[in-house]
Amino acid sequence: MTEIVSNIFIFIGVVFMILGCVGLVRLPDVYNRLQAATKSVTLGVCSMLLGVIILKGFSPMSGKAFLCIVFILITSPTSAHALARGAYKSKVRLCKNTVCDQYDFGRKEELTIPQNPDEESQSKK
Amino acid sequence: MRLSSFLRVFFLLLICWVLLTWPFPGTPGLWEKWILGITLSALVAYLEIRSLPEFPLYLPVSPVRFFWCLVYALRFFQLMVVANIDVAYRVLHPSLPIKPGIVKVKTCLKNPLARMILANSITLTPGTLVVDMDSDGFIYVHWICVTCQEEENARKIIVEPFEEILKKIFE
Repeated sequence: MTEIVSNIFIFIGVVFMILGCVGLVRLPDVYNRLQAATKSVTLGVCSMLLGVIILKGFSPMSGKAFLCIVFILITSPTSAHALARGAYKSKVRLCKNTVCDQYDFGRKEELTIPQNPDEESQSKK
Repeated sequence: MRLSSFLRVFFLLLICWVLLTWPFPGTPGLWEKWILGITLSALVAYLEIRSLPEFPLYLPVSPVRFFWCLVYALRFFQLMVVANIDVAYRVLHPSLPIKPGIVKVKTCLKNPLARMILANSITLTPGTLVVDMDSDGFIYVHWICVTCQEEENARKIIVEPFEEILKKIFE
């Protein structure tokens, strides 16, 4: 029984991680990709480690897995935040269908210039 | 306050040590692990308190706080699952329904630890990623599908689900 439940958790984790990888390929720019990668990988890894805890019960391995869950929940969003901020400060552009950019870091005009006039009129509406 | 924060850091380190080395009956080197762990935790906690007297973990312990922590964990878990389903939907949809943008929202939390938890939670909830936070409490959030650009409405959607509970925990 525990084996089935833990396998279900590990399977859910793998599915979410695959979806995160698909997001990495399909989404247009750094920030959107970070969104997909952070969320899916956090829940995916947590779910897999939860599966390991259920499978192993009260044992050294589940202690380490629990510690890993806690550290991933703290560090994964923090590192995504640092990467996004670093990308913005080193002038990585937002993708061209970006709606608004209120993070004016001294170069607002440069960022929100759309690629052609048609898109500009669309974004003004 | 000093003794209290020493004990907090000490027990935090000791719990990490116990989970990593697992010094429970049935494993070799039981007493050595406990003695080494307690000595090292006490030493590191002492040095930590000397260099960082205002350790942000300092909060009076009360059952009400534990209750709200539990509520927070449940809300967080629920929104995390929703976030993943949301990402899955956006990624698998053939036309890629995204409308990204960076919006600016304000939080009224003052405690640095509370702000960190808020930022991390916002990053793990549906469609939002914290890009930066300044000292006045403005958070710059990258939003994968901007539904409203006004600060007040964006604040209601992004910050409010967590801020109320965090305020009850930290204030």
